[in-house]
Amino acid sequence: MADAVSHAQDARAVLEGPDINRALIRISHEILERTKGAEDIVLLGIPTRGVHLARRLAGHIGRFEGRPVPVGSLDITMYRDDLRLRPARALGRTELPADGIDGKVVVLVDDVLFSGRTVRSALDALNDLGRPQAVQLAALVDRGHRELPIRADYVGKNLPTSKSEIVKVYLEENDGRDAVLLLKGEER
Amino acid sequence: MKRHLISAADLSRDDALLILDTADELAKISDRSIKKLPTLRGRTVVNLFFEDSTRTRISFEAAAKRLSADVINFSAKGSSVSKGESLKDTALTLEAMGADAVVIRHSASGAPHRLAGWVRGSVVNAGDGTHEHPTQALLDAFTMRRRLGPLDGRRVTIVGDVLHSRVARSNVLLLSTLGAEVTLVAPPTLLPVNVGSWPCEVSYDLDAMLPKSDVVMMLRVQRERMNAAFFPTEREYSRRYGLDRDRVARMHDDAIVMHPGPMNRGMEIAAEVADSPRSTIVEQVANGVTTRMAVLYLLLGGADLGGEIRQ
Repeated sequence: MADAVSHAQDARAVLEGPDINRALIRISHEILERTKGAEDIVLLGIPTRGVHLARRLAGHIGRFEGRPVPVGSLDITMYRDDLRLRPARALGRTELPADGIDGKVVVLVDDVLFSGRTVRSALDALNDLGRPQAVQLAALVDRGHRELPIRADYVGKNLPTSKSEIVKVYLEENDGRDAVLLLKGEER
Repeated sequence: MKRHLISAADLSRDDALLILDTADELAKISDRSIKKLPTLRGRTVVNLFFEDSTRTRISFEAAAKRLSADVINFSAKGSSVSKGESLKDTALTLEAMGADAVVIRHSASGAPHRLAGWVRGSVVNAGDGTHEHPTQALLDAFTMRRRLGPLDGRRVTIVGDVLHSRVARSNVLLLSTLGAEVTLVAPPTLLPVNVGSWPCEVSYDLDAMLPKSDVVMMLRVQRERMNAAFFPTEREYSRRYGLDRDRVARMHDDAIVMHPGPMNRGMEIAAEVADSPRSTIVEQVANGVTTRMAVLYLLLGGADLGGEIRQ
């Protein structure tokens, strides 16, 4: 991944360093506002980077409200609709908070919202895990080109892209720095 | 990973760890209220059992069903095999029905290997003669890893009828791939001639091995294969190689006792040892389903690209 960036002359930084955290802080406030104090929420990140984002959001909300917010991860590999297009993938981690998700407001967190297929898979996975009161979606970047009737409730940045472009999200926890890059299609 | 799972030797260290890690994730499914994943919807798994088996067949069936695959059970009794149909013709029939995977147990060593040449789907060896039983080795390794952590440098002692045991051979191969040190303990008559070429040590003295073992795996004395005088009497075997309470007391505190089942209680393992908290025998059955789910997912879950698995 680091290679792909160093070769890409056309990589344009869309969000950098502190921008990402500013967006996350805003989203945290929006979640608090929409859920009227985030009493019953559970943040579930979709591996890999969604999980880090969910933890950061939980950290912010926890600080604003002075109490811990349940956070977990939801792996969607077994529910993907494109499993047969690629060799079997290694599974990510699914970890639900101890109280589960029944009757809670689940906020799914992912880094990039694109076709919407990941979110569809996540909704299927949730269905097998319990019955939340409501499900909402937070994405750091919404790059458009939806293939399913799905939209995000909380968006860090709306990023108009062409389909051939590539959006890369780097997070401190995973990649050693915070950035969102837009790569031209030729770099593929 | 290869397209078929016929021998534990087919698995590289990375393959084996991928299967165990996948099984770790899938283990959580059994704690959920809905114990089913849609992953293998529309795929067909045929259980082709030419030899009696309860736990392995049920385990594979449960694993396939939890992944939403369609399962066809075939046992030699009550099928055209009893009319004299050959393995090849049976294989061609399955092929015509479009089996995506064939799980085979056969009394002849090498039958799964032959079958793999005749069908397009993946072949999973569920025990062939005295040759191999790779999914048993995987579930044993999975059980050890859950109890003890990573297997590198762990000392595993496998005791009993190694000569007739496909479980022992698969375990030796897989455990050495995973970095464990395996010692076989058996009367000389129950060790294969070429055991010197296996990646393990050999000892004839169980009592000497017990204090240094992290895992003691007892093998079933296969009465149905005891057609020669391998040992004088069952009593004598039991006294020298059976795991009783006194022997267990010599093991260190965290060491575990395993048995692939079915057990001869009072013969190779005392009833109170089999039921003790050290014993993982019941866990092994539960872990069998999980491990076989991982194997089926990794063989069938992705694209049909020659069975390559990419991380």
